Amino acid sequence: MASQGKIIKVSGPLVVAKEVPNARMADVVKVGEKGIIGEIIKLEGDFSSIQVYEEPEGLGAGDPVVSTGRPLSVELGPGLLESIFDGIERPLPLILKASGNFIGRGISINALNREKKWEFTPAAAAGDSVTTGDILGTVQETSLIKHRIMVPPGVEGKLEEIKTGSFTIVEPIARINGKEITMLQYWPVRKARPFASKLPATEPLITGQRIIDSFFTLAKGGAACIPGPFGSGKTVVQHQLAKWADADIVIFVGCGERGNEMTDVLIEFPQLKDPKTGRPLMERTVLIANTSNMPIAAREASVYTGAAIAEYYRDMGYNVLLSADSTSRWAEALREMSGRLEEMPGEEGYPAYLGGRLADFYERSGCGICLGSDKRKGSFTIVGSVSPPGGDMSEPVVQNTLRIVKVFWGLDYTLAHKRHFPAINWLSSYSLYLNNLEDYFKDKVAEAWSKTRNEAMRLLSEEAELEEIVRLVGLDSLSEREQLILFVSKSIREDFLYQSAFDPVDQFSTMKKQYLILRLIVSLYREGLKAIEAGIALEEIKKLEVVAEIAGTRLIPEEQAEKEIAAIEERVKLDISGLKGAVK
Amino acid sequence: MIKEYQTVTGISGPLIIAEKIEGAKFDEVVEIELADGGLRTGKVLEVENDKVLIQVFEGTDGLAIKSTKLRFTGRGLEAKLAPELLGRIFSGLGNPIDGAPQILPLKKSDINGAPINPCARDYPNDFIQTGISAIDGLNTLSRGQKLPIFSGSGLSHSRLAAQIARQASVLRGGDKFAVVFGAMGITFEEAEFFIGNFKKTGAIENAVLYLNLANDPAIERIATPRVALTAAEYLAFELGMHVLVILTDLTNYCEALREVSAARKEVPGRRGYPGYLYTDLSTLYERAGRIKGKAGSITLIPILTMPDDDKTHPIPDLTGYITEGQIILDRGLERKNIYPPIDPLPSLSRLRDKAIGEGKTREDHPSLANQLFACYAQGREVRELLVVLGEGALSDLDRLYLKFADNFEQKFLRQGEEENRTIEQTLDLGWELLSILPREELKRIKDEIYNKYAKAKN
Repeated sequence: MASQGKIIKVSGPLVVAKEVPNARMADVVKVGEKGIIGEIIKLEGDFSSIQVYEEPEGLGAGDPVVSTGRPLSVELGPGLLESIFDGIERPLPLILKASGNFIGRGISINALNREKKWEFTPAAAAGDSVTTGDILGTVQETSLIKHRIMVPPGVEGKLEEIKTGSFTIVEPIARINGKEITMLQYWPVRKARPFASKLPATEPLITGQRIIDSFFTLAKGGAACIPGPFGSGKTVVQHQLAKWADADIVIFVGCGERGNEMTDVLIEFPQLKDPKTGRPLMERTVLIANTSNMPIAAREASVYTGAAIAEYYRDMGYNVLLSADSTSRWAEALREMSGRLEEMPGEEGYPAYLGGRLADFYERSGCGICLGSDKRKGSFTIVGSVSPPGGDMSEPVVQNTLRIVKVFWGLDYTLAHKRHFPAINWLSSYSLYLNNLEDYFKDKVAEAWSKTRNEAMRLLSEEAELEEIVRLVGLDSLSEREQLILFVSKSIREDFLYQSAFDPVDQFSTMKKQYLILRLIVSLYREGLKAIEAGIALEEIKKLEVVAEIAGTRLIPEEQAEKEIAAIEERVKLDISGLKGAVK
Repeated sequence: MIKEYQTVTGISGPLIIAEKIEGAKFDEVVEIELADGGLRTGKVLEVENDKVLIQVFEGTDGLAIKSTKLRFTGRGLEAKLAPELLGRIFSGLGNPIDGAPQILPLKKSDINGAPINPCARDYPNDFIQTGISAIDGLNTLSRGQKLPIFSGSGLSHSRLAAQIARQASVLRGGDKFAVVFGAMGITFEEAEFFIGNFKKTGAIENAVLYLNLANDPAIERIATPRVALTAAEYLAFELGMHVLVILTDLTNYCEALREVSAARKEVPGRRGYPGYLYTDLSTLYERAGRIKGKAGSITLIPILTMPDDDKTHPIPDLTGYITEGQIILDRGLERKNIYPPIDPLPSLSRLRDKAIGEGKTREDHPSLANQLFACYAQGREVRELLVVLGEGALSDLDRLYLKFADNFEQKFLRQGEEENRTIEQTLDLGWELLSILPREELKRIKDEIYNKYAKAKN
């Protein structure tokens, strides 16, 4: 058998080759003289169908194909953080050095730096008996994150030797049962890294975004989806989450999106400070950028690359957030390859296995006990945005995603129109974690948290019904009580749900502040209702000076928030009951 | 020595199938010689063993199976580049059509280009003054941005694009500025309008035009924007110019793509357009931008006519997902005789917030713009209410909003085709309009800004 196969067909990113030696499903191959990277996606007799991760221009029949004998894998080890990779984990800054401002082809660069030395501090001792996932030692990867070096998958036994000092990732740091262990590990991207045991989610992922935290909470280890037409602010929400969510590690996957948006992230993140530690946010971030004009097959791989890196940090016991923008582009890549393979299409030309692939991906999220004998806990949360064509929520990617995820933040074009951001529609969105998380909020925020939240939610849904009536017969037909609902709901919308991503104070609210503002507005309703029942006109209440002050509460800095908002609430109660006094 | 083949076995629509070809490469250019000696250009779409599928840019009319000769050039389609491009008019494939001789290329570049490394990009945050209030004030354009104009048949998008090309060029003296114009399937009159406009103002000296008109071969349109963008990249990143690229009309381009896709019997996506339409469009749009350490920039304004004014049609829809916002023209405003008929509400510039404010335009710009949006949206809602309920149902405040909306359209949106407003004029106009409404309604504006800039009620 020849040492290499031969191309017989080239059709865009799909290449068919004949007689590739040792061809196995999902193995990586090098195609053509330039050694373009590809992956085997179909085998039929002697023929291998290969999706190539770079532009296929210049490939022709007869060009060589060689298998690397390994599935598409990521390199895992110290040095991942602060990096920016393309869809198959090639570092973009090094590609820039190698091929200039425009991305060339056939570039082969290691994901992780082989020369850099890391200070390794052992956490285990020679003679210990260790198993997969046990922590051998740590490396201070960035000032925020301690990188825990774990026993690689499939290795266990007696720790015969362990070293201390500075090592590169390819130098051995330990020996287990005669096997040399380095800090560098590999993992096939399409395979989920296992938990010891998965647990239900009981802790919220606090994001500082009021509508998300208070109304449609995401749990650590959960999965959420943000569908919305273009221009409705998906990307801004994703950026806000990546910036402010209280995860230890954030993996941001720009999958088939705009180049300038990635640049924005690249410029902005190093300047942003972690609100807890004051260190640059980049120190806890890994960026994966496969913009829309970069090769489509690498786009398909990018979400898996992100997931494998996320799971690796989760296994160290961290809370990891993966933000994928946008999964529609990923699904389109699947569709394009499926079309070229001449598979029978399912709905809207998407392959029939779309639902299965989406489920596989989102199910990699979760929280639980990680492998290793110390039983540490870790979580992996996924937020995927979906870009439905024409904003049509019945399209297959949205529908298949909704079958799996438990949190839905539906972005609304009309809200974006009115420049109400985040344009998350409070009527159609939902979170199925609220019951799981109720205890946490009672414990950590306030006893009356869910009561307050539910009352605000009820007001908003009543408002929607009343607005229907107003549209038909006008405002005058409503009773004073109903008009009060409209008035208070407007305040919930404009003073609580509206949140500017660009205002330095407004962009992040703690749970405490969120609760206080919401309680203040609900108090306005309760007190107002009492007053109206006592015969006071709504106009009188609206005229109160303190009512106008509610609008400014979201801009009060955190340090003063508690005192000032509580003071306003007191005055709301006082001033409204003062009105009552006037009537009597 | 380039081999010549006479092995065409089939011709269908814009495609040729040839057999017994040795060593054909994906995407390479094929010279096609007709029986009468005429030459056409083709591109390899698919290679299977010795069988090759070729797309012919000029169409297949007049080709015969036996007599057609094929020569494989071993390279992709290239654009000829030199500083002398400026001031010239070319066909959609880059051949001169202005009667002057072929340029002497200093360089030839593959028209497909290569993706800009996201790490090499510089963020577009330099304000471009177009002199049009609806754009400068509300949906600001930045250098290196891609901002399409979504229009409908019969709306004044060409006039608007010409006005932008004319007025944006006078920003910040000293910088070298150029316009690259790519026309795909537009009518002779429209093309004449642009050429006449460029000539009249002298802008032609700094412009390159690539024209594929409605009666030119449809498949050539697939190459036209790529040739234009390759020229733009040369001017911007090698000669350091600020290039404004206007591509019109993308709808015709997409239809040509659909034609090829249908001829190849591919599984269609939405409305018969190929499933890779998004990827294909992104390889055009994403070529806009700035690169760190380079003086030049490419700002891209593609124009597309939405079939039946439907924004959810695949072409505007997929475009909107790639570009950094959109300028939407509205038939209702056009009917009211408002030029430019830009509807600010569905229009959007994603890069606006980074390009305006203190140090860029003026400190009051961000909050003023937000407030104008919110008030105009409210005014439009009141107007709808008015239609349903009649004037009697409106409150006093509603009436103010109504007045605001009317004034906003007549004074702010509307302007002359030759009227070039500075950003200060635009902002002051905005404040003047806001004086119609009481202070309590202007929630998006902080006190210090309000007190400094608000106009007294008149």
